[in-house]
Amino acid sequence: MSIDKKIVEDVAHLARIELKDTESAKLSGQLEHILGFIDKLSKLNTDNIPATSHILPINNVLREDQPKESLPIEKTLLNAPNKQRNFFVVPKVLE
Amino acid sequence: MELNKLTAHELIQKLNSKEITAKDIFSALDNRIKEIDHKVKAYVRAEKDTNSTEATGIPVSIKDNISTNGYRTECCSKILEGFIPPYDATVIKKIKESGHSFLGLKLNMDEFAFGSSTENSFFGPTHNPWDLSCVPGGSSGGSAAAVAADEAIWAIGSDTGGSIRQPASFCGVVGLKPTYGRVSRFGLIAFASSLDQIGPLTKDVHDSALLSNIISGYDSNDSTSINTTVPDYTKSLINDVKGIKVGIPKEYFVEGLDPEVKSSLQEAIETLKKLGAQFKEISLPHTEYAVPVYYIIATAEASSNLARFDAVQYGFRADSANLIDMYKKTRSQGFGDEAKRRILLGTFALSHGYYDAYYLRALKVRTLIKRDFDNVFKDFDCIITPTSPTAAFKIGEKTDDPLKMYLSDIYTISANLAGIPAISLPCGLTKRGLPVGLQILSKHFNEELLLRVAYTYEQNTQWHKNKPKL
Repeated sequence: MSIDKKIVEDVAHLARIELKDTESAKLSGQLEHILGFIDKLSKLNTDNIPATSHILPINNVLREDQPKESLPIEKTLLNAPNKQRNFFVVPKVLE
Repeated sequence: MELNKLTAHELIQKLNSKEITAKDIFSALDNRIKEIDHKVKAYVRAEKDTNSTEATGIPVSIKDNISTNGYRTECCSKILEGFIPPYDATVIKKIKESGHSFLGLKLNMDEFAFGSSTENSFFGPTHNPWDLSCVPGGSSGGSAAAVAADEAIWAIGSDTGGSIRQPASFCGVVGLKPTYGRVSRFGLIAFASSLDQIGPLTKDVHDSALLSNIISGYDSNDSTSINTTVPDYTKSLINDVKGIKVGIPKEYFVEGLDPEVKSSLQEAIETLKKLGAQFKEISLPHTEYAVPVYYIIATAEASSNLARFDAVQYGFRADSANLIDMYKKTRSQGFGDEAKRRILLGTFALSHGYYDAYYLRALKVRTLIKRDFDNVFKDFDCIITPTSPTAAFKIGEKTDDPLKMYLSDIYTISANLAGIPAISLPCGLTKRGLPVGLQILSKHFNEELLLRVAYTYEQNTQWHKNKPKL
């Protein structure tokens, strides 16, 4: 299928990535080329074939809901780009 | 004696007989890294001193996407700049518990393991020790190059579509991708969670068995790890393949396979035949769909996994006016070109209107690929193929054509889609002196058979003894 600049920009917005004009032009060509190759999947008949959800026959993994030791707050905040007291700080969300 | 050139099992003997100390090994590696790493660039970041004060047992070198408590782990991406994990990955914990240690330095890789050449690293490419103008393969290129150049005794990598085996093949070392679920991924920075697996890169098959013993096993922190007994893999180091049934898939010996790689493989098959293995041509009919299926599933999962890089809790944050602007600017400046490409491809495949045609269809074709293997393993113990269609290519040769780069994983991807174990080991050198790799695949949790066939081949050939001239 054809991947124009508009599709690339829409998808980039969904993925929260900002693209320069030259980038979206280049990416639309590359993605079209890659998807063209991937299109060979449409040749196969996949009716009645189940989708693989897990490669091994395992079921849901459950455990008892019991408190365990967790990371102390100061370690959790160690890598924060911006923090104040016990919080991560982000730019204003509400005006 | 240069201790850095020895294997782990040789060094363990010397440690046990008190002939050497762990510190001696660290200092031999320190010297080698200072001597050679400015050419190979297997390790990342400026600090090139090992943590020899904590030396115990044999040091393990670690890929930059595996969390090491107190040591920077950046996935070779700008977006994780400065990230210091507050805990150890389970594999690191197991290495320490087994009496060995982390070397203190991290190994180069393609950013987020997105690549087949290590050229997508934020820190620049690693060079192949056999020919510095060539790539070491990827994404665990630093791991393979360090082991090949004797800058590491052994190393840990990760394999999502061939990222352990293809670089092992390009650098002439042994690389094992265990069964999905055999090794805990807790602390591995996720790329594609239904495909990722951690495994060893080593100088020989014996070391591969030793390191597998250390890192394998169930972990309640990884709900995909399987709670079954782990065998002692060193018991599989048996020099005998008599009666073992090997399938040769006809779909792997077609156009695109380099004639030199092909003839190395044929010679290896002859060697194993003489040792008593039985060969027969087989068919894996859905082979041609593996790469397209992979690039839908892997990018879809990656786009979801990489949504966590939002500049809130860790890593790089760009200057920004508001929250959405912060996400967008950070991710645009923080991710490299290949990461952006894959996030966009994956987001597209999962988006409304395209999900059924791409993602769901890929999951169904994955079932067909897995069934191909199930059918073969009813009658055969293992499958032998080349690891990669060519030997190492030149740095820069494929960077302008992403699809061409993706196709260099054509022989390794299926094992991840089917979740089965696979090993690559050296089986030849091209006329230009570049290593060629042989891949062995078997059914789920049959690493023992892979190790036995690989060990037998290694004991009866000399390829693993070749060293690059640096």
